[in-house]
Order: sequence, then C-alpha cells, then structure tokens
Amino acid sequence: MKTIRVMIVAVGGQGNILAARVLGETAVAAGIDVRMSEFHGMAQRGGVVESMVLLGDGTGYCIADGEADVLLGFEPSETIRAAAKCSSSSIVITNTVPLPPFTVAMGQAQYPQMPESLKKLASRVQNLIMLDALKIATEAGSPLAVNMAMLGALAGTGILPMEPDLFCRIIEEKTKKRFVEINLKAFQAGMMQADNTRS
Amino acid sequence: MHPLLLEQENKKMLMLGNEAIARGALEAGVAFAAAYPGTPSSEIALQFFRISLETDLYFEYSVNEKVSLEMAAGAAMCGLKTMVSMKHVGLNVASDALMTLAYTGITGSLVLVVADDPFMFSSQNEQDSRFYAGLSGLPMLEPSTVAEAKEMTRYAFGLSEDLKLPVILRTTTRINHSSGVVTLGPLTKRVTRGDFKKDPFNLVCIPSVSRNLHPRLLEKMDKAASIADQSSWNRSQGEGKWGIICNGVSYGYVKDAVDELNIADSVRILRIGFSHPFPESLVQSFLNGCEKVLVAEEGEPWLQQAVHAAAQRAGLTIPIQGKEEGLFSRLYEFNPTIVKKAISVFFGIDFVPSTPVQTPDMPEVPARPPNLCPGCPHRATYAAVREVFGDEAIYPTDIGCYTLGLLPPLKMGDFLIAMGAGVGTAGGFSQATGKKVVAFIGDSTFFHSGLSPLANAVYNNHDFMLVVLDNGTTGMTGHQPHPGVDLTHMHLHKKTVSIEAAVKGLGVEKTIAVNPFHFRKTVDAIQELADYRGVSVLVAKAACPLYDKTLPGFKKKRPFFVKTEKCSKHRLCTEKIACPAFLLDGQEIRIDADRCTGCALCAQICPENAILPIPRKE
Repeated sequence: MKTIRVMIVAVGGQGNILAARVLGETAVAAGIDVRMSEFHGMAQRGGVVESMVLLGDGTGYCIADGEADVLLGFEPSETIRAAAKCSSSSIVITNTVPLPPFTVAMGQAQYPQMPESLKKLASRVQNLIMLDALKIATEAGSPLAVNMAMLGALAGTGILPMEPDLFCRIIEEKTKKRFVEINLKAFQAGMMQADNTRS
Repeated sequence: MHPLLLEQENKKMLMLGNEAIARGALEAGVAFAAAYPGTPSSEIALQFFRISLETDLYFEYSVNEKVSLEMAAGAAMCGLKTMVSMKHVGLNVASDALMTLAYTGITGSLVLVVADDPFMFSSQNEQDSRFYAGLSGLPMLEPSTVAEAKEMTRYAFGLSEDLKLPVILRTTTRINHSSGVVTLGPLTKRVTRGDFKKDPFNLVCIPSVSRNLHPRLLEKMDKAASIADQSSWNRSQGEGKWGIICNGVSYGYVKDAVDELNIADSVRILRIGFSHPFPESLVQSFLNGCEKVLVAEEGEPWLQQAVHAAAQRAGLTIPIQGKEEGLFSRLYEFNPTIVKKAISVFFGIDFVPSTPVQTPDMPEVPARPPNLCPGCPHRATYAAVREVFGDEAIYPTDIGCYTLGLLPPLKMGDFLIAMGAGVGTAGGFSQATGKKVVAFIGDSTFFHSGLSPLANAVYNNHDFMLVVLDNGTTGMTGHQPHPGVDLTHMHLHKKTVSIEAAVKGLGVEKTIAVNPFHFRKTVDAIQELADYRGVSVLVAKAACPLYDKTLPGFKKKRPFFVKTEKCSKHRLCTEKIACPAFLLDGQEIRIDADRCTGCALCAQICPENAILPIPRKE
C-alpha cells in the first residue's frame, strides 16, 4: 500500500497522542502497517504536541516538509504553524477554535487573524475542512472529546483505507470506559461534518 | 495484567519503541532492572516499574545512572539477567563504573540501554554515545525500527551471557518515541535468585588484577568482532555499484529514499546493527563491490571513520563520504528530505523535493514557550528569591522542570550544564566574583548529584545559598519517585530520606525549610539566609500540582478570581509571577478558574487584596 502520511498538531492537553494512538491501533486492526512518531517535549507545560502517523509501505518514522497527505490541526494557529508540512495535494482538517498561548493571553503577543490565514491556506492545498470541534465535543458530552471529533473528521474524508466501524471498535477498546459513549458521539459527529464537505 | 506480559505468541501489537525494548527484555527473562528517568529513555523504566508491582521482577528507580548500573552489576555478578536504561548524558554519570565493569565482565547478563537525543528535543547536548562503546570496549547494537528494537534487546541478553560482558543497546529519540507494529515472541521465565562466587583476583580491580583483565577484555573484543562480522544484524540488500552504509534510525530514511528516488536497482545498502566491535571484514567485502560509498549516520562521523579505516587496511581507494560539505551535517537529526537530498547529490541523481505550500505571507504565529504549570510551587520560590535579590545575585541552576524558571519574568537561571552542577558551580561563581550566589536544585536532582558538591562546599567554606526546590517527585520526566518520596499509597514501603536531615548531616549550619506558598515567610527566610556568610540551604517544600492530583485523598482547592472593583490594574500579579492561569480581557485581568489550582500565591502578591477565592455555592 502506498504510504499515507498524517501529521497531527495540537496544544498540550488536547489529546493529540491518544488520537494518534487510536488511528494507529485502527490501522493495526485493519492489517495495515503503521509507524508513528511523537514529539511532546513539554506538553503539560503549555507546549506544542506533534504526532506523525505513516500508514502503509516504508521504513521511516518522520514526515518531511511538503510530504504530509493530511494535516490534522486541533488548534488553528498550530495548523498554520505546521502548514509547511503540506503540499498542493494535501488535505487539511482544522479545528477553528483558538487556544491562545499565555503570551497572547497577557497581551505580549498577537494572535493572528485566523479566518483570513485559513482562507489563504485553503487556496493552496487540495482541500481544507474547517470545523468547530469544541462545539461538536461539547454537544457530545465533554469538551475533552475534541480529539475524537477531529479523528472523526479524518475518517469522514474517506482518505484512509479503514472503515469507520473499525475506528468505533478501537475507540471502545482503547479509550477510558466512562468516556466511550461521548467519544463515539464526537467521532461520529466529526465524521458527518467532514463527509458533508466532500463533493 | 500489564499489556507487555501478554503470552499470546505471534500477536501483533502497536508499541512505543521503549515498550518494545521492555518487551524484548521480558522475552529474554530479565529479572532485575534499574534506572534513573531521562527522556527519551523514561518509558522503558516505567514499564518495569509497573510490571514489578504485579510480578517478581525487581525494579528500582536509583538515585542516578551510575548507581543504577552498579545495582545491576551486582545482580548480574550473581548470575541474573539485568537491564539498566538511561539517556545519553546519564551514561556520562555511569561511565566511571562502566569502564571498569568492562574489565571484570559479568556472569549472567547485563544490557545497558542508552538513548541518544539528536536535535536535543529535551536534553542539554546531543553527544553521540557510540563513542562510549569504543571507549569501554563493549559490544554495541543499534536497532533501526521499533520491531527490531524488541528483537535486538532479546538478542542482547544472549550476547551478553556468551561474552560475559555488558552489552550496549544504543537508540535515538526516533526509535524510543516512535511506535510500530511488533510481533510478540514467547516470554522466558524469570530467575530472580542467583549466587555470588568470590574471585577477588579477577574481580577486585587493583592495578595488578586489572593488568590481567585488560588483555582479557581485548580477547573478548576479538571474539565479539568475529561475531559482528558474521552477525545477521549487519545485513546488505540490493545490488549495484553504489553503496550506502548506515546505522540505526538512518536506515529507515535511506531505505525510503532509495525506493522513492527509484534507484533501488543501482544501490546496495549495508545496515550496521551490530556496530561495535566494527564488522571490518564484512564492510571490506561490501566496499569491494562498490564504485563509491555514502555513509549515512546521524551525529558524529563515527561509522564513517571506521569505514575509512577498513578501506585503508584493504587498500581500497574508492570515494567514501558522509559528513562532508553539501552532504550530511553533524548537527541535529535527519529527516526524509535531508537524506534524499544527500543521496541525490552524492550519486548525481535528479531530485526535486516536494514543494511545501507557500507561507511567507501568512501571519507570524505566536510561539508557545513552555511555562511552569499553574500552581507550581517553584514559581512561588522564584518570585520570593527575586523579591530579595532581583538581578543582583548570580543564579546557577539545575536540570528539571524548574529550569523553566530562566524565562521572564522570573529570570531565575544564569548557568546550566549538568545534573548537580548548579551546586558544583556555585562555589566557583562566588569565589570568582565575591557576589551573592543563589543556586537551585530540585529534590530528585539533589539525590542524583547534589550531595557530593554540597559536602565539598561546606568543607571548602564556600559562600552561597542553595535553594532545594522540593516538589515531592521527579516532575520533568513524569513523576518518578526518589528517596524523598513516600509510596505507601502504592503499598510500597520505602524508607524515605529527609532532605533537611541530609543537608544538616553534611554540615550545613544554616538551614530553613518553608512552604513557598507562604510568600511573606519565604521572603523573610531568604532575607535571613542572605545575611549569612557560608553555605546556607533553603528547602522550599510544596507538592507538584500535577503529581498531587494523582494521589489518594486529593481535593481540588477553590480557584481564585479578580475582584474588578478592587483591582487598580498595576498588574503586579502577572508581571511578577506570570501564572498561565491569568488572562487579559480587554484591560481587565482575569483568572481562568479551570486552570487555577487555588495556590493563593497571586493573592499574597496583590497589594489591594483584589484576588480572592471564588465563594462557595450554597
């Protein structure tokens, strides 16, 4: 199978690592070879968290600039920061809800105009899907389910060779019991939203 | 049951590289493991710690890497299968014991995992630990993938047992912190009891003994070299006149690059997995079939030098390059594009890297600098020290979360090189400048390397204040215990060691312990110590809020809020302590109740008493 490279970026605490884990476990369950790499230096202290997931053929664990097939951004400014991982054939899925860093919260730095920047990005990649993952997660029962909403959106694009049902099974197996129902709801709502944007 | 104890043979599991290493050790029958936590190696120890709670595997978090190695050496001398894991700089600490352990050798087996960190994701340098294999004369294995990390670990135990030598398993971050599919093998039953056979004239390294041991080590190295030459961990693939020699994680980049550049028909790849002693004959016969050879390795030209030497001895003059201008850098880690580019340049192939989307017209995205957590007691201590000394004192610091105190507005950190060096350098700073010096060290680091330099400072009449930032855990690497940590809630009955008693025992005459969240008292204590000439110690003791949350009986304190009517907007709170729970709403300062831990530090800084706990709902 030709390699599919998925780059996931988020802020510490948003559940990036778990989302990548579920994606990877789903691939294993589907019999697809998978390699993943994470960078979470100081995640709990407000830093950036990156995961790279490579499905299919290949040996390396990393994604170089311009080589991501999908960029999944849990926070809009982090999506922009990681944009160089994309090429004109990439699909970008981004949460639209900002989580400004502390320096912005204190007025020492500016948070950029996101809608404009995302519009620019949209014109340079194959497809940009925007969703309010926080709203989806909250409606599903917990703001912590942003990661599952994002993962649902990824599944909804149809770019992955794994069935949504398999994702659901893995979410049941690999996420905390008391969150399973909420996670599944968020996943499905995220999937619907991405599915609706397909033409 | 811990997932790594699964008995299902041939089952495929997605594992982190560090989990794969732990599983490999379990499959080999490891019975004794020890470590000091250090990224990117920490999760290996974490698996052993958890497994030791439900099996008879012995695991301990030792105070430092040297002690870990010495513990394992003792157990290995009794015939047990043992493992120690550490990060690259940890091997510097353990190296003193390692060099002579190579002389005595071991019975049983000892596998030493050392995790290098190219690009320094979370380290103070990116030293290449492969040189330690050459320095000590020990065999070294370097896995290329997560799956191979498991297989190689299992193999390393057997190799160690055969050669009666410790074996170094050397990884890099992209193996430790990558995940891949691993196929489970059978678990070997642990043997947890052994016996020690006295043999002082082979084991007590006085000069006359070591003079006999060094030649014996060289004999073992010869044996290891012939094993390396035959080893299936050193494998070549492909045919063609172009050669690429690579190691560890670099193999993955090379393999993918050769496939993606469509040159698989012209390239032979030699992957060196058993890399010390260097498999010279194997490399020479590989070189014989090549017109030119590229060496692909992260870090230093370690492999390249060995290949050059091998070629010279075989009288080969083909071009061999690697860390040359325009090819590979000695800095940082590789990525797929770097490797594809170097291969295309060296072999003269057209290569157009993927074009990243254009971003120069995008707005600059604000940085997300790491920060001390909301409710971190170190922030309180730093704010108090700054209150007394401002920028006047020199602040040597140490390694842990609290290193983040170097960022403004706290700016507590002027010099940092190694664990314990905050204490060690303090005397030098004060002797050389006559200025006030305040050194910082965390509790785990204090036990790791703080005791000896403190004894030295007392003995030599140095003049500085040491602040022990005691948050009751090893914060940075994920809350591992140390001798000051009580683990009775986990039914582990460890006898805890008091930092204050240790400090007094080392002869420090002036010691004050405070809870740094009592801000005024802390400032007063620092003031009192400031007037003292000689070595003084402040122990600032309050729990790490992230760790505290995980303990039984934890109750969340009421968060605070800013009473707008009382606030006169001078922003002393944010300017002095910059807690990430603060945010600006227009001109108003607010506190994010979800992030506030209720530590009350800001409430004590505010002169208007405008910061108050949120009233309880009736």
